[in-house]
Amino acid sequence: MANGQLLEGKSIMEKAKVNKNITGNPDGVFRGILYIAAIFMVVLLLAIFVTLLVQSMPSIRKLGLSFFYNQIWDPVSGEFGALPFFVGTLLTSFLALLISVPFSLSISIFLGEYYKEGFVSGLLRSAIELLAGIPSVIYGFWGLFVLVPVVRALEIKLGVLPYGVGIFTAALILAIMIVPYSSALAREVINLVPTDLKEAALSLGATKFEVIRYVVIPYARSGILAGLLLSLGRALGETMAVTMVIGNANYLPTSIFASANTMASAIANEFAEAADNLYLASLVEMALLLFIVTMIINIIGKYIIKKFSVEV
Amino acid sequence: MMKNGVNSRLVKDKIFLSIVIFFSFLSILPLLFILFYIVKNGFGVLSLDFITQLPKPVGETGGGISNAIIGTFILIGIASILSMPLGIGIGIYLAENKSGKLPYIVRLCAEVLQGIPSIVIGIIAWIWIVVQIGSFSALSGGIALGMLMLPIIVRSTEETLKLIPTSLKEASLALGVPYYRTILKVVLPTGISGIVTGILLSISRVAGETAPLLFTAFGSPYMNTNIMKPVNSLPALIFNYATSPYEDWLSAAWGASLVLVLLVLILNFIAKVVTKKWKVQF
Repeated sequence: MANGQLLEGKSIMEKAKVNKNITGNPDGVFRGILYIAAIFMVVLLLAIFVTLLVQSMPSIRKLGLSFFYNQIWDPVSGEFGALPFFVGTLLTSFLALLISVPFSLSISIFLGEYYKEGFVSGLLRSAIELLAGIPSVIYGFWGLFVLVPVVRALEIKLGVLPYGVGIFTAALILAIMIVPYSSALAREVINLVPTDLKEAALSLGATKFEVIRYVVIPYARSGILAGLLLSLGRALGETMAVTMVIGNANYLPTSIFASANTMASAIANEFAEAADNLYLASLVEMALLLFIVTMIINIIGKYIIKKFSVEV
Repeated sequence: MMKNGVNSRLVKDKIFLSIVIFFSFLSILPLLFILFYIVKNGFGVLSLDFITQLPKPVGETGGGISNAIIGTFILIGIASILSMPLGIGIGIYLAENKSGKLPYIVRLCAEVLQGIPSIVIGIIAWIWIVVQIGSFSALSGGIALGMLMLPIIVRSTEETLKLIPTSLKEASLALGVPYYRTILKVVLPTGISGIVTGILLSISRVAGETAPLLFTAFGSPYMNTNIMKPVNSLPALIFNYATSPYEDWLSAAWGASLVLVLLVLILNFIAKVVTKKWKVQF
């Protein structure tokens, strides 16, 4: 009897197995699809990297290291030194970061420490969100017609050649554009500072300023720096707004008011007209460098912030 | 003496607060200026003709930007079709596999992809699609925008689904509902508002992208609905007109800027309403 039941049970299981085979295995298929989608993400990124590498091969082979230190970029005579673009990119990005720091830190302290809720902070928060939502090309357009004359007037006062366009103007626009991003990152980190630490300081009689200066900022320092690093990554690759106001000059900038080009703006300007192989490859090599640099910055920055959140 | 010390500390506190308030509100100033200039210069241009007519050649008055509006919608449509299923799928995978080697790598890849400058994505779409087909096309522009949307959708889907309590899933599984039906009929519908918000935000982000379209969708003065042909878009039109020397084109660029900003704002607003109305609550 027991044996019979067992046998019956077995046959039911076998039947079920057969049934499963007939109707397919929807769960397995579903999991398989998800798995393939996940693999696709990795493949996509690898494919992007390999494509950039392969396409820039002619330039890597032919120019080698001279690509990095040659300061003459002259497609007509076939000379491709990207040094002016590296210098232009670094100058605009760091200058923009420098300009934006007091603003983004103030916003994050204002929203993170002083007024977490309420009408005024809601207003500020919405305004910053709006600022983040405005497309890059509109920043460029606005910069071209509003900021450039202002900078030109400033340049006349300072006694430098009044082009209006140039590294300084580009950095100003970039600074406005990265404030929403870096203040959001800084606020995220400041919010993670434990309340008991702050309350301990307050109970000892510290003023709000002293709490921020001696507790919050030192505690959140690594996270804030990581946020600045990520903002720098943003600034390095920003294209349209910079292209429109930087003046597009392919030589080494002599001052922060000089016209220049960043790596991204050089690509935007010249890619469509790059006719011969080496010209194209050297532009792709710049894209490859942008890819690698932003990848490293993102991985390091996100890692620090994640580590910080886990520690807290 | 003692009292003096306290006073100076309190004064320092007040000064610091004023500095913080000053810088915080100074950073709103550019926003007000930008909106002011767009509205001031764009509002006069805006009319029914402006959004329903094709651009006219330089020198002729009138004309509109209808081809750019349609083009932007075509590009967003292609990008959404490509990135939505894939992004949601990857998001589900990451939410279901919280730890492990592959999920870790996939998450990292999504983050890296999100950080890649959009102009680099434009070059990739040019190499992969434009070179192969032999001409600029809406398809290549849509693919470039899709690659930009993908990581945002992945992230928002994962974050939303992670919030859904396991008890809900376990209840469904305990009733004998197969895994795939549990995900598709229980978990996904519960988190739909978060996913929709993510998609809307990703669309609003790429709607204004110009750099990846420069050598993919390219731009065109004509109306085009063939996805294998170049197509105009609002940001590309703004870029081309803004850098032109013609007065008519400049004012058209302001008008187009107003339309684009309104489009982005409306998308953001809808996303906010969706989050508020159908918030995932537990």
